Amino acid sequence: MSRVITGTRKTMTQKPVAKTRPVKRTSANDAARKVTAQSGRPNVVAPRSLTVFMAQAWEMEIEAAQRYSDLADALETHNNPEVAAMFRTMANYESKHADEIRATMGWSESPPLTQRNTAWPNYEAPETTPVDDVHYLMQPWHALQLALAAERRAERFFAELVRVATVDAVRNAARELQAEEKEHVALVREWMKKVPKPSRDWALDPDPPRYTD
Amino acid sequence: MNDVVATSAPTPASYKSSYKPIWCPGCGDFSVLSALTKALAKVAVPPERVAVVSGIGCSSRIPAYTTCYGFHGIHGRALPAATGLKVARPDLTVIVTGGDGDGYSIGGNHFLHACRRNVDMTYIVMDNHVYGMTKGQPSPTTEPDWDSKLSPGGTGVRSFHPLVIALASGANFVARAFAGDPNGTAEIIAQAIRHPGFAFVEVLSPCVTFRPEQREWKQLAHPAPVSETDDPARAARRIMTDDGFNIGVLYAGSRRPYPARVGAAKKSPADLEAEFAL
Repeated sequence: MSRVITGTRKTMTQKPVAKTRPVKRTSANDAARKVTAQSGRPNVVAPRSLTVFMAQAWEMEIEAAQRYSDLADALETHNNPEVAAMFRTMANYESKHADEIRATMGWSESPPLTQRNTAWPNYEAPETTPVDDVHYLMQPWHALQLALAAERRAERFFAELVRVATVDAVRNAARELQAEEKEHVALVREWMKKVPKPSRDWALDPDPPRYTD
Repeated sequence: MNDVVATSAPTPASYKSSYKPIWCPGCGDFSVLSALTKALAKVAVPPERVAVVSGIGCSSRIPAYTTCYGFHGIHGRALPAATGLKVARPDLTVIVTGGDGDGYSIGGNHFLHACRRNVDMTYIVMDNHVYGMTKGQPSPTTEPDWDSKLSPGGTGVRSFHPLVIALASGANFVARAFAGDPNGTAEIIAQAIRHPGFAFVEVLSPCVTFRPEQREWKQLAHPAPVSETDDPARAARRIMTDDGFNIGVLYAGSRRPYPARVGAAKKSPADLEAEFAL
């Protein structure tokens, strides 16, 4: 049985939060800590056919695109146009990938839900950036860091599918998509070289939205 | 059948309006909005057959972000407004949304009686254990030892237990979801919409601004180790003894919903007036 693809991910936003306010232990959290975190999450399950696999890959791209689009909206609303534009660009890339999958499979419309409903190894599709990994003062470098993490998760996901696939067509397609994700990882790394690293006090807000600290 | 066939069924995007949410970046409510639109796509009820009713608070802004009919009402009064709507228009799918302050404090009494009446609607509470919109006051579900400048040393007041209250008051469906799992939340909301009677879904939705430590919920939330039950006594025991992070449907009962009489609204205003004439 394959192991869940995970990896400890230090969220960018934990830094500024920790600077202004230490994480507090509350009674509810303490009680719940006794329970194994995310117990019962499914392992990577090999799709039974190429069609199902591609429908899942399509869903993965669509979900990533939707999330980037939502994040772009949020950052735009909070007057961070630079990062919003970057998320918008990423949303477009992911949408294009989804369109490519659809074109490859000759689907004129979205594949039906019954073909997708994937049991992802974590709560969301591997390429989806978690909604809480953003900060209103984040900078383009942070956005690229999130994109890099997402592409790496996608690459690991397909690598795992290559390992567990029982159908040749699925294994071959997974290998192809893994190679594509690897390319994306390299592209994001190159992109990051062109973007300045944020200063240490990037999250410092002289007029913060909360006053309770 | 493995082949993919084209479909023109509604997609989550069909339920999303063009208004951009003004929630803080990172807020769990983004995921709940996403889950709600996914759930509506799953049950495939067209947007014009759905009404989303809310009170006041960050989460209560949701109706504007959907393409469904919306009613952004007054603080704590979403449930009575929604009850009236459902009774008058039983053909509509009625979804009520709000936060823990709106639903359990200001609207606490309405919550009890909505559960008791068991009108066929779905109540989604985005619980972040804090009043976010008004800048971080403790809410009914805030832990007694949560220390902040507005509650030094914590309130020392026992937290409200919404799921137990809902069950004891007669809700026909009780579930807990986690915003960090929008797909799982969508499944639960879809099940709640399909379930007859008053369906209560508490969604743990982190407030990254006033309760940043709630980012940790991602590590704490876990699927409920037992399947749903229709036995309220068993459900009560489970809910009373769980850790507050069990995710899933915890109770699905079979109590008959309040009879929203089809045709009752056919009376003319004059007929209604005559009934009240002295």
